[in-house]
Parts: sequence; structure tokens; C-alpha cells
Amino acid sequence: MDFELTDDQVSLQEGVRAFLDGRFPLDTVREIEAAGHLDRGRWAELGETGVFSITLAEADGGLELGVSEAALVFEELGRALVPGPLVATFLAAPWIDGAATGETIVGRFEPGTPVSVLEHPADLDALFTLTSDGVRRIEPATIATRPVERPIDALTPLGIVDGDVPAGELIADAAAAERARLVGIVLTSALQLGLALRSTELATAYAKEREQFGRVIGSFQAVKHLCADMLVRAEVARAAVYAAAVALDGRSDDDPVRAAAAAKILAGDAAIANGKTGIQVHGGIGYTWEVDAQRFWKRATVLDTHFGNSDEHAEAVAAML
Amino acid sequence: MDLRYTAAEQQFRADLREWLGDVLPGLGPEPHREDWEARRAWDTGWQRMLYDAGYAGINWPKEFGGRGATPAEHLIFIEETERARAPYVGMNFVGLLHAGPTLIAEASDEQKAFHLPGILKGEHVWCQGFSEPNAGSDLASLRCRAVRDGDDYVVNGQKIWTSYGHMADYCEMLVRTDTEVPKHKGISWLIVPMKTPGIDIRPLETMEGTAEFCEVFFDDVRIPVVNRVGDENDGWRVTMVTLSFERGTAFVSDVLESMELVRDLAELAKTITSNGATRWEDAGLRREIGRIAAEFDALWALTKRNISQAQRTGLVGVGGNVFKIAWSDLRQHLGDVTMRLLDRASLSLDDVSELPTGRHIHARFYAISMTIAAGTSQVNRNIVGERVLGLPKDR
Repeated sequence: MDFELTDDQVSLQEGVRAFLDGRFPLDTVREIEAAGHLDRGRWAELGETGVFSITLAEADGGLELGVSEAALVFEELGRALVPGPLVATFLAAPWIDGAATGETIVGRFEPGTPVSVLEHPADLDALFTLTSDGVRRIEPATIATRPVERPIDALTPLGIVDGDVPAGELIADAAAAERARLVGIVLTSALQLGLALRSTELATAYAKEREQFGRVIGSFQAVKHLCADMLVRAEVARAAVYAAAVALDGRSDDDPVRAAAAAKILAGDAAIANGKTGIQVHGGIGYTWEVDAQRFWKRATVLDTHFGNSDEHAEAVAAML
Repeated sequence: MDLRYTAAEQQFRADLREWLGDVLPGLGPEPHREDWEARRAWDTGWQRMLYDAGYAGINWPKEFGGRGATPAEHLIFIEETERARAPYVGMNFVGLLHAGPTLIAEASDEQKAFHLPGILKGEHVWCQGFSEPNAGSDLASLRCRAVRDGDDYVVNGQKIWTSYGHMADYCEMLVRTDTEVPKHKGISWLIVPMKTPGIDIRPLETMEGTAEFCEVFFDDVRIPVVNRVGDENDGWRVTMVTLSFERGTAFVSDVLESMELVRDLAELAKTITSNGATRWEDAGLRREIGRIAAEFDALWALTKRNISQAQRTGLVGVGGNVFKIAWSDLRQHLGDVTMRLLDRASLSLDDVSELPTGRHIHARFYAISMTIAAGTSQVNRNIVGERVLGLPKDR
């Protein structure tokens, strides 16, 4: 048993972080937000870097690595607040042409309550949905959507789905759909972990420079403990996410279904709580559009609704007791 | 990252499981929590069995009589003994997990030769004399005084929170040997035989009404200078060796026990009815318990991360502080849910109407001490904020 990252895993994560620091700094993310649509050039760069093809066979242009490595990469994507249907395009790589290379932006439709929404409707080249009988591909143009004028996360444009959604064409079987659901949960959790970690970094950096009452606010225990709690939540979530990824790779005796549910709960709660606390540590300026802290909370609220929210996963874990 | 066990680790587990299967059925019933004499006999008897089977001091180096197991094997040992419901480390806790490791790191050859076998064989029970009424979180401000007189130190003062003090043979004790220097630099670490004249041990009744802790009073107690471990006034550094152990792997069995508590509480919820429905049919309670179970799963994973780090670097590092904060908060949360779930059945410390509630109420009480003992959550948050996040100290 060795739960530490291997040297290869460390260099993979460092490499992706260096790439994202260069190509997806928060300034760029804000530009994408202002433009109102995804940047196809940069999406293709994500594909070239291998983000969507990590687990594909080498013969199919992939890196032939595991969900563990994919989770490390998605943690970095979350940390960088990279927008777009990252998990969906990753999952579609074996089934939909151009997804692996980043030439095709692939979305996932998930029926929701009380309304069904489609994310990034204007950017999607292809779309699929996971059903109990398998993976079904749907032509984006066949779904009627009404744009949401003010989505809470401006980096995640939404369309409300009106009327019926076509059943679509079956492109993979039920087992593939279930596997995709579990991998999707874990990679979404990894994104949430990244959000939770970056919220902690941003809040801590601010607490070290912002002065009130003649000293930096991070020297006050009330603020210091908020930051410490952010780190605790993120590190506990990290353990849950990595454990679930390792379970999906078959490198653990844990039940992957339960491990994935636990990861989604822990990472989801950590991302939301750290997003909120990050705003709190920034004080008044944290409530403004110009400060990034709020963007992390907003993304966290979006991701909590993916693949079942933390309440639904808590219910699932309770059923396994 | 690989959570599978190696062939050697699996063999270690299989052998241990076989041994536990052989010996546990012959063990008598566990004595009542407050029957101290019987508990001492039970705990030390189990330690002797471990010793005879080669499992005593599982993580101690071989040259000092331990098994020299790796951190992963240590984890397996705790996992298997917990699974088989073998006796807990109990009164051997301080000797095996605090005093012993400190002696291994800092004591003289004579001290090691005398004391280490006594701990391993279950012959000697140790207690800890660190905290004082006015030295809790600020431990270094301790005032219990030791003045040199010939070949002895003459000790005067008071210690508190001394678990099993009335049952112990030896005490690992911190005393002030210099009052003229900064507080960390005037402390020494002594081995104190608890039968020495002048030591008065009084039980300290906890909020649960039990007497697990003691207050210990020292009135002109003469302790030979040869009982000092490390140099005079170097006791604070010696102590840090012990405390890093406390924040490391000391809680592993508690996580497993907590996971079992949650499962049992879920079972209990399925049998207790309220307004015509079982408590388990209450979606709010059910989800809360599901969430708590998921959080314990995460802490078990964090434990494995900490163990893996210890295996590679020999240190647990800040993962121990992170774990302690999260785990003790979670136990408090579980405690709150326990009380709500049991409703009127939560009002007795003992089982009520045939329902096995007493164990859960005891756990709820114990959880209240968890956010205080071994470093309060507030002190731990300072440590995380300052040493990990690099936030400035507020002095």
C-alpha cells in the first residue's frame, strides 16, 4: 500500500499546472467570461495537451493512463477555473470523433429538476446523455433551448430545455454508461477539489496582505481559523477523491460506487464551503465582480448539480450502510 | 497511488487473523469500564499475549524488542484487531505510544534496558504528567518545580488529566528545573515511580461521572537524578518527540471504531419508531448519517495518506493536525445526531428498555473531549494556519 503520488504522477500534475498557469491564467478566464463563449483555440490546446485522452489507449492517440491520473489533471483544471464541458468531452473521447483532440466540444445532457438545463448550448458540437440502457448521442440542434439571460456562473451559460428531448442514438452499452457515470462523478469531484484548493490559496494570500487595525488580517485568529478550516476541508476531500479514483482503477479493495459517492459529497461540500469562506475572508471587496473569489463559489454551485448533488449521494451512502 | 496490499502485507494480515482467531475465544468477558483493577489485569494480560506472540510494540524497532513493522503493517494490525474486536491498547496507551517511543529516542541504555521490556510485556503501566491546572494549551508555562538536592530532584506541584494515574507504575513527567530562562528552556523530562512517598493521587470526576483522569499532587517527592531522560532543561525538545507520536497514528483505531458506531447507529435507527415510522424513514436524519459515513470514509482515506507519508518520510507532518481537526469535529457532529435520533432514549447513560443506547451515549460524551484532548481544535487551527498556510503569529 502506498497512497502517495508516484514520481510520474507528480510530474504529470506539475506539467499540467505549468501549462494552465501559462495558457489559462485567471485573466484569460475573465476574458472568456466577457466574451460569453468558449475559446475554441484554447479548447484545442487542452486537447493537444492530452486532457481529454488521458485514459485512451495509445493506439487511439491516448496516454493509456488511469482515472487516478485523470483526477490529478482535473484537479488542476478546477484549480484554474477552466470553463466548459470538460468532464463530458473527456467521457465522450472513445465515442465521438474529435472529442479526444479538442476539435469537438461535447456536452452532456442530464435531465434535472425542477427544470432541465443544457450548459454551454451555443458552444456544443455534439451531445450525449447517460441512460440506464446505455450512452445515447443526441444532435444538439434537435433540442430546443431558451437562453438563460443571467446564469449564476457567467462562465457556464445555460439554456432551459423546453419540450421533449429526442431519445438519441445508442452509441455505447449500459455497462459503458455506468462506468462513465462513475468516472464522471470522480472527475467532477476532482474539479471541485481544485476549486476548494484555489479558494484556500486566494483567501490565504489576501489574508497575508490586507491590513486592518494596523496589521494583516491573517494574524487575527478569527480569520486564521477560517483559512485553516478551508485547508482541512480541501485536504479531507483530496483523500476522498484520490481514494475513489484509485478504486475505479482497481487498485484498492474499496467499493468504487460508495467511494465515488463519498468523493462527490466531500469535494462538493468543500468547494461550496471554501467558495463561501473565500468571499468572507475578502470582506466587502469579495462581494464584487472584480474579485475572483466569488467565481469559485459560483462554479462550485454549478458542479454540485452534476451527477447528483451531495444530498442525493448522502442518500446513496445511507442505503449502503 | 495504490491502496492494494503487497503479498508480504497480505501474509502479515493472514497470520495475524489466524492468531486472533485462535486466542480471542479463550479471552474472558471484558470488565466494566469503571472496574479499574480488573481493567488493568485485562489490558496488561492482553499485552502479555501480544508479547508472547511477537506482536508487542508492533511499530517499535526490533533492536528495542519491537516487531519493527512498517506503517502499513501497523495499519493492518490495528485494522485486524479492531475487526476481531480484540482488546484495545487501553492502559498500555501511554507506555506503548508516548513514553516508550520517547525512551527509544532519548533515554540512556540503562533506562531503555529496564523500562522498555516492562512496557512490552505489560508489566508496567505508565501515565502522563504533562498538563497542569494553569498549563493546558500553553503547556510550556508549566510550573511543577524540581529542585536539585544531591543525587535527587525534589518535586513540588500538581499535574492534571493524568489518565489511569491511580493504576500506573510510572509517570512520564515534565518539571520545571530552571525558572530564570524562557519557558521552553527550563523544562526537564523525568521518569517518576508512582509509589514514591509524597505523591497523592485523586480521581477527577469527568462530566460523564466517571474517574478516568486523575489529579496528582507532589509534596517534596524525591526523584533520583538518574531518572531524568535527556539533558537537564532539554525536556521540551524531548517532549516534542512524544507529541508528534500523539498526533500521528494514535487515532487509527478510533476511525474504525467510529465507522462501526455509524453502522450500528443506522441499525438502531431502523428499529426505533417515532410517530408510527422508524427513525430511519426520516429522510433528513438518514441523509445526515449517510453524509457522516462518507466523511468517515474520507478520514480513513486520509489516514492511509498519512501512513503512506510516514512510510516514505518517517514523518506524519501536518496531515496529523488536519486529521485531528476534521475527525474530532465529525465525532461531535455524530454525537449531536445520535442525541436527536435517540430522542427521549438519549437521556440515560445506560441502555434503556433493552435498547443498546448506552454505548452511543458514552461515545457522544467522549466526543466532547475529543475537540479538547491532544491539542484543542483551536490550537490545531493555529498550527495549520501558521505552519502550513504561513499566516503570521498573533503575539
